[in-house]
Amino acid sequence: MAVYFTKEHEWISVEGDTARVGITDYAQGQLGDITFVELPEAGAGVTQGKSCCVVDSVKAASDVYAPVTGTVVSGNPSLEDEPELVNTDAENAGFLWSMTLADPAQLDGLMDEAAYKEYVAGL
Amino acid sequence: MRYLPLSDADRVDMLAVIGAGHVDELFADVPADVRLAGPIAGLPLHASEMAVERHMAKLSAKNMSAGSAPFFLGAGAYRHHVPASVDHLIQRGEFLTAYTPYQPEIAQGTLQVLFEFQTQVARLLGTDIANASMYDGSTACWEAIAMAGRITRRDAVLLSSGLHPHYAQTALTMAKFTGDKVNHTAPALSAKPDDAALIAAIGDDTSCVVVQYPDILGRIPDLAAIAEAAHARGALLVAVVTEPVALGLVESPGALGADIVVGEGQALGVGLQFGGPYLGLFGCREKFVRQMPGRLCGETVDAEGKRGFVLTLSTREQHIRREKATSNICTNAGLCALAFSIHMTLLGGEGLSRMARLSHARSRETAERLGKIAGVAILNTSWVNEFTAVLPVDARPVVRALADKGVLGGVSLGRLYPGEGALGRGLLVATSECTTREDIEALGSTLEEVLA
Amino acid sequence: MNDMNPSGWRPGMGNAGDGAPASPTFTGNRGLQLEEALIFELGRMGGCGVDFDEEAPEPMATLGQHLRAAPVALPGLSEPEAVRHYTRLSRQNYAIDLGIFPLGSCTMKHNPRLDERVARMPGFADVHPLQPQETVRGALDVINQLAFWLVELTGMHGVAMTPKAGAHGELCGLLCIRAAHEAKGDAREVVLVPESAHGTNPATAAFAGYRVESIPGTADGRVDVTAFEARLGPDVAAVMITNPNTCGLFERDLRRIADAVHAAGAYVYCDGANFNAIVGKVRPGDLGVDAMHINLHKTFSTPHGGGGPGSGPVVLSEALSPFGPLPFTAKTADGMVHLVEEEDAQTMGHAQAFGRMAAFHGQMGMFTRALAYILSHGADGLRQVAEDAVLNANYVLRSLEDVLDAPFAASGPCMHEALFSDHGLAEGFSTLDVAKGLIDEGFHPMTVYFPLVVHGAMLVEPTETESKAGLDQFVGALRSLAERARSGDEALKTAPCLAPRRRLDETLAARKPRLAWKDEAG
Repeated sequence: MAVYFTKEHEWISVEGDTARVGITDYAQGQLGDITFVELPEAGAGVTQGKSCCVVDSVKAASDVYAPVTGTVVSGNPSLEDEPELVNTDAENAGFLWSMTLADPAQLDGLMDEAAYKEYVAGL
Repeated sequence: MRYLPLSDADRVDMLAVIGAGHVDELFADVPADVRLAGPIAGLPLHASEMAVERHMAKLSAKNMSAGSAPFFLGAGAYRHHVPASVDHLIQRGEFLTAYTPYQPEIAQGTLQVLFEFQTQVARLLGTDIANASMYDGSTACWEAIAMAGRITRRDAVLLSSGLHPHYAQTALTMAKFTGDKVNHTAPALSAKPDDAALIAAIGDDTSCVVVQYPDILGRIPDLAAIAEAAHARGALLVAVVTEPVALGLVESPGALGADIVVGEGQALGVGLQFGGPYLGLFGCREKFVRQMPGRLCGETVDAEGKRGFVLTLSTREQHIRREKATSNICTNAGLCALAFSIHMTLLGGEGLSRMARLSHARSRETAERLGKIAGVAILNTSWVNEFTAVLPVDARPVVRALADKGVLGGVSLGRLYPGEGALGRGLLVATSECTTREDIEALGSTLEEVLA
Repeated sequence: MNDMNPSGWRPGMGNAGDGAPASPTFTGNRGLQLEEALIFELGRMGGCGVDFDEEAPEPMATLGQHLRAAPVALPGLSEPEAVRHYTRLSRQNYAIDLGIFPLGSCTMKHNPRLDERVARMPGFADVHPLQPQETVRGALDVINQLAFWLVELTGMHGVAMTPKAGAHGELCGLLCIRAAHEAKGDAREVVLVPESAHGTNPATAAFAGYRVESIPGTADGRVDVTAFEARLGPDVAAVMITNPNTCGLFERDLRRIADAVHAAGAYVYCDGANFNAIVGKVRPGDLGVDAMHINLHKTFSTPHGGGGPGSGPVVLSEALSPFGPLPFTAKTADGMVHLVEEEDAQTMGHAQAFGRMAAFHGQMGMFTRALAYILSHGADGLRQVAEDAVLNANYVLRSLEDVLDAPFAASGPCMHEALFSDHGLAEGFSTLDVAKGLIDEGFHPMTVYFPLVVHGAMLVEPTETESKAGLDQFVGALRSLAERARSGDEALKTAPCLAPRRRLDETLAARKPRLAWKDEAG
């Protein structure tokens, strides 16, 4: 299992043909308390760099961009009742959706954990 | 200048603190060639309270007020008796001169009122939830159509022919810009609305069916049947109530299967006011809350665990979601919502029923009286407090002739549907608990005179 | 992801700690600070505070299937109970009648009570919108007289009186622009909006079917003229500019932008939310504006009423006037202003009207109030209104710039509002703490976290109806709070402690919405 990161603070963890996507712990800390997640629908096509999900905190609605192109398998059903999972476990149980990848080569353009940490440290 | 507290000495002192020699230095960013040198020429200068009051009183006196004449107008605006305590309470400065409750610790008064209002409206309309109000019924109706489009992701809109023509025109105007396909025709002068034709027109691309209840002619459509048919095609039913008092007598639209219910709340607490400000009511199923337009107030607790109220789910709104907001609306009709809520609190469900029954009884008496006039027919077989009379001649000049004789006798369909000759003889007649038997007789005898 | 909390506001920010609750009382009341239950907890089902002249007979048999089985499930209160309920609730509100209400961009000024009296005159309050015109001549006169003033004060050509609020007016203006382009067969798609704009500008443009592009600002808080000019092109339908802008500054280059916009075949929409700062000093028509809404509840002091109703007439240039909605008022060659409705739209040269935006004629109850206010001030008084509003704001700015960071103060005077930021507050202290501290001091806070272009923004709009003594007291309180926040006074983070409620849990409200009262017993 490999995890990649974007400059827009999404992570994608790939295992075989499918992947899970979420926002980073750093991002959830910036947003504060998450109140609602508007999840993408199963079967929806998503395009790298395009918005496909919205994360609401009390006073902000933030677009989440697809880190790679592909098809949504499903939104994380736990978030419907417990959006706070994004705060408490952003990079695991608080994932946003799972998807299949159209072009795994797109992953090569993303950061690994070390690079992302360095990127965040520079913000 | 009675509204300006600064004295000339204050102004001098303050300019000194600022470090400016003259107030014009503060306007230095305004290009000199467009800066006005003095008061705009040709406009009057300031006036005393007495002078302004005199001027406005003269203008007021040029109007025939509803309370000064036998009065039978409806068609989307209704005259019911508003208890004196309502107007007293809405003039309390803490309500009248407060802003949107953005600082909830010092706005619990407004917020609790909104929470109570939302509950009252939801129960009245028969919906799970309601928002803190919209501008008026016509704009709430368009917002409901837009919301249905977001939910169903369809763009065909079916308006019942019984929908208020101003509401239909508002929707047609907006649809020109959004690209929604809106289907609307004028009603036929029949005793009952043609629900079957409406149902037959529902297609697989229909986002919503919009049905006024009771309709513009005072008739009562079968909402339950329309709801069932709409749902079978994956469409939503939007019910529109222009006379909320009617719901004291007939079943609430939400209970009959409507998914979104909007209304004009003016009849309770707000008054006629020549058309505004009025009060848009907006209720829907709880599962649609994230697609709802307008402000919402919700219950929560404070840092000591005490119950309190806040504006909530504001990420739907323009100040956060900007171009992706559910609506561009920023305000609600706060003070009108307060007036509605106080009136409703005084009435309770029981009082609303009595008010509706009395309005209905006066309406039946009026229909009975008008039905005795040669050539006048009553269109409806059932109605609440507004019905359509069909006159032997065009109703527009008749209404003007009645007014000349001191009777405000109803709304001519010709005014509402200028291009529809077939409707020209229709006269909408509305009553309320304010209507007296003398008023009814005055309308009957004056109409006889005018038609003779 | 984007938009990562640009304002700096944080939900959990400085939540009140475990400050010891005030000594409890049996009732929960604290002297004159009274707790009040919900009507659903107070009232009885079947109760009623209204008497009727008689009991009605059974309804007509033909209503049978439509009749409701039981009354709407709402409790009723007697008149004394109702009066007490709402009076007690009212006392939990701050209001302009109680003190300065310095919400930037909202314009909370004194609401004259003459205006209330006038609005309640029976010839205005108790007339039906569909009465024969012969019976409402005075009401139509009110609309025309107000329209005349709005046209003259703005130097424009016509005015759409029907929009129900500022945002509705914005929509009206953009629909006029769209109709004007379409009449020329010109399908333009883009509206340019400066990044400092109020959120309703992009929301409105999107609602009107346009794609919104944001234009960055300059370091001194104005729009970037060169960026605007560079972006103009055949796809741009309009620019939306607020003037004075949301930073409280006059857009010096509006005229130049307008010329460029017109040369590119587009129109200038001006958000008139801040017209109160320049009324009588400069006319937007002279700056090249094509459409501007006027919030009657701001500039012309109709009451805000706890969040409405508003009223947003839109003044239009000669180029856009033919497209305004019905009913519409326009100046004819003889200088007279006329009200045009559907019946005479053709003969009055208004055949291109884009349609109707709402039922009836607009917010009449606001027109009467605004006209009474305008007549009271007159041309000279309105000019003084702008001057005093700007004087008061600059007084606040210069009185506090040594303790609060004022990002644009060096660029010259502000207009009607003074903008500060959270720069310089101690680590862990925020704009929210300063705002909540003001509540304990007995003031309504300023606008916070808006505009978004300034981190931790505090936007103070005193308006012209504050006295110097009142301002001095407010400035003193804000200075003291700024000093506490700079020095890291932890007690500030628990504010407010003295208001009817402590900080409220907005996260809970949004995660588990409770939007209507439910009887816990079922």
